[in-house]
This record gives sequence, C-alpha cells and structure tokens, in this order.
Amino acid sequence: MSASVLYDAPGPKAVVRNRVYAVVGSLAIVALLAVGVMRLADKGHLAPEMWDIFNYSGIRQNIADGVLATLKVFGLAAVGSLVLGVVLAVGRLSDHKPVRWLATAFIELFRSIPLLITIYAIWVGFLTDYSMWALATGLSVYNGCVQAEVLRAGINSVPKGQSEAAYALGMSKTQVMLGVLMPQAVRAMLPTIISQLVVTLKDTSLGYIILYPELLNTARLIASNTLVNGQYPYVSTIVVIGVIYVAMCLLLSALATWIEKRGRRAKTGIVMAGAAEPAEAPGVLDSPDGPPGPRTDAPKE
Amino acid sequence: MNVLLDNFPEFRDGFIGTVSITVVSSVIALVLGVLIAGFRVSPVPPLRVFGTAWVTLLRNTPLTLLFLIFFFVVPEILFPGMSPFLLGSLALGLYTSSFVCEAVRSGINTVPLGQAEAARSIGMTFAQTLRMVILPQATRTVIPPLSSIFIALTKNSAIAGAFSVTELFGWQKLMSDRGYDIVPVFIWVALGYLVVTFAISGLFRLLERRMEVAR
Repeated sequence: MSASVLYDAPGPKAVVRNRVYAVVGSLAIVALLAVGVMRLADKGHLAPEMWDIFNYSGIRQNIADGVLATLKVFGLAAVGSLVLGVVLAVGRLSDHKPVRWLATAFIELFRSIPLLITIYAIWVGFLTDYSMWALATGLSVYNGCVQAEVLRAGINSVPKGQSEAAYALGMSKTQVMLGVLMPQAVRAMLPTIISQLVVTLKDTSLGYIILYPELLNTARLIASNTLVNGQYPYVSTIVVIGVIYVAMCLLLSALATWIEKRGRRAKTGIVMAGAAEPAEAPGVLDSPDGPPGPRTDAPKE
Repeated sequence: MNVLLDNFPEFRDGFIGTVSITVVSSVIALVLGVLIAGFRVSPVPPLRVFGTAWVTLLRNTPLTLLFLIFFFVVPEILFPGMSPFLLGSLALGLYTSSFVCEAVRSGINTVPLGQAEAARSIGMTFAQTLRMVILPQATRTVIPPLSSIFIALTKNSAIAGAFSVTELFGWQKLMSDRGYDIVPVFIWVALGYLVVTFAISGLFRLLERRMEVAR
C-alpha cells in the first residue's frame, strides 16, 4: 500500500492546509535545531578553536589509527561470524541429534545474552591483555549465532527439488549441503547477511567499554586530552567521529541495497531476501509466518 | 553461588535498574516510534523527510556513540547535571524508536487497501483514518516484531550500565572489580537478563493471543 492511499489527492483547501502544516512543521524542526546550536554556541562549544584541533596532524593520525583499529576488528569479526554462522547453521540442520542440540543450545544461549556481557566476560576472564581479540571473539560469537539463523532460513527456503535432485544424482550429504544448498542460501540471504554485518560494524563501538583503542575510544582520548579555551572539545570530536561512523554504516547498507537490486534483476529462480535494513532484532526470524527470507512462491524462469 | 548471596542487595538493585530502564525507554520508543511512523506516511512532505532522516540517522548510529552524545552533548544543550538514568533511557528510547517506526510502518502496509479507501470515502481525514481504522488493525501484525525489538532493547540496556546507570552490567563490572571469578558472575547476569527477556516474550505472546482474530 503506497502512502497516498491513506489520503485523497488534496483539493485547493487541503493544498493550502498542507502548505501551512509544512511551513509550521519545518519551522518547528528548524527552531529546535537552532535552539540547540545556540545553546552550544553560548557555552563556547562551536568556537573555531574547537574545530581547529582537527587540523593538527597528530589528531588526524589518531583518528586514522582509530578508523583502522575499528576496521581491523570489524574484519576479524566479520570473518569469524560468517565462519561460525556456517558451522552453526550446518550443525543445527544436522541429522545427528547431539550435534543439532548442541548447535541449537549455543545459538539460543548467546543470542539471548547482551553482547556487552559476553564481550566483558571474555575480556576479563580470558583475554585481559588482548582487548582486540576479546572484542573480535565476542562479536563473532554473537553475530555468528545470528548469521546461523539467517543462513538456516536461507537453506530452508531453497526448493526441496534441489536437494532431492542432488541426492538422486548420488551426491553425499556434505556435497549436497556445500555444493547445492549453501550457495543458493548465501545468494538469497546476501542482503540480510550484509545488514547483519552493518550491525557488527556498529557493535565494534562496544570496544569503547573494554578500552580497545577503536574509533570511539580514540574520540574520548582526543577530547579528554586536548584543552581548548579552558574546555574539553567533546562536542566537536563527537560530531566528527559520529559523521565517520554514520558514513561507514551507510556505505555498507548501500552495498546491501545494491546487491539486492542486482539480485532482483538476475534471472534465476532464487528470490532475494527483502530490503536490507540493519535489523536490530534478529528474533524477527522467528516470526510465525516462517522465515522472512525469500518467498517460496518464487517466479520460475 | 557465594558471589550472588554475598552481594545480593547490589544484584537486586541492578535487576530493578534493568527492568526500570527497559520499561521507561520502551514507553519512549513506542510513543515516538508511532508518532514518527505517522509522520512518514503523512501528506506533508517536510514531516516525511524528517521521519526518513530520523530513521536513517538513528539506525546507522552505533548505540555507544548515541550514549556518548547524550552524556556529553545533551546536558550542555538542556541543563547540566541530568541524572544518568534519564539520559540513558532517553538515548535508548530514541535509538529504539527508529526500529519501532519501521515496524509500525510495515504494519500499516499490511492493512488491506480497501480499509483506507473505505475510510476515505466516508469522509475521514488522514489523522482519523490512521487513528481509527489503520493503526488498530496494524497492531496485530506489529506485535511479533515489536516483541523482538523490545528484547533487543533489554539487551542494549547493558550499554547504559557502562555509563554509570545502575543495572546488571554495572553489577558484573563491580563484581569483577572486587575480584570474583568472572564465570559465575557471567552466569548470574545472563540469568537475570533471561528472566527479563522471557517475561517480555511471554507478555507479547499473551497479547498476541488476546488480539487474535479469525480473518
């Protein structure tokens, strides 16, 4: 249902009324922003000197290091979570009961515990001196569980004829899984997988709490170590770092949307999963209407 | 076992803290989310743009960054010395409102076309259509995703613990600072969270069953 179904095409009176609402609404939003900016300016947070600190090569170097550290842990966590996701998904669909139970228990346990709790426990308990590895391990465990559920939804959405045909050809279970089901599942769920990677990227900021020097922690260090006009430049630093974060996440989201569009254009029987959004809630996959993945009434080419 | 019994008052405070921050920020998220979903489908373009910008921006911001903004920038704009609990629930509520908004919007999209058309044809305005016809019917489809959004909110509230809000993660940190072994602490905290998340999913399952209608 498009939005326009909710209201008629505006007549002359409604056009005027909508314009009035538009002007009042925009004025209210602009006024709110202006008050915020003015309050900040009053307290000297928007003084040119506050922003001048980003011209220092030392601080630029710090930010570059922070971005690199974030990307490094993101890369580790992405690889780790995808590998773990494949293993857990295969385990959960295994024919052997103990394997299936083990995988299910692992997934359900770590999916329902806050990520921060897991990361902190790993950091304090096992990897105190290696905060990067603690962060990467925690992220891999949590996101691996989510990716496993996504992959499972993808595997279940592959038409049954595919695996039946593969078995009829005499392929082994491993061959069917790795050669037939997994590639189609990955292809179908790619947008969802990438949106979960966006969540992973966002969650690298938890490194702030276990003192891993990633981007957010760098921001805090910069802000609390630079004294400008007798104040710490928290506002300007947070704005700059925030823009970098949002840009990184938007880039990755754009990639997911692009892949989804490209997949829809391709003439295979596999339907791509719905528009990628960094869904905070992997539990959506448990909806009673079945997996949110590709619809089974795929148009056959 | 000892770690829980010896520090039970702190654990109880932390558990109550987790529950209360979850409840307060759920209410904020629900109200804001429905409002912004209304903005996003409204006939007034600037409000639509505002809604889209709100959702895009908040959904692509790490929650930790949002907490940092709320603890260092917002007190400067409003007034200094706001309580961490208030700031934390605001940050969490605003962040979750973007997800609620998207859930409500897709719920609106599942209401059959004829409903809105019928409402319009008997002369209802946009606000009336939305309030009296569309949203009540959308509620049913929105409940399952809302349940998982609120569970995610409960899990995210752990981050508030790192920003000096009294809740379960704060207890975990306190215990590890006091030198207790992390594994039992982890298990107790995990159990605490499991109780809250199970309560939420049970509540929503109850709601779902009560709202069930044969169509």
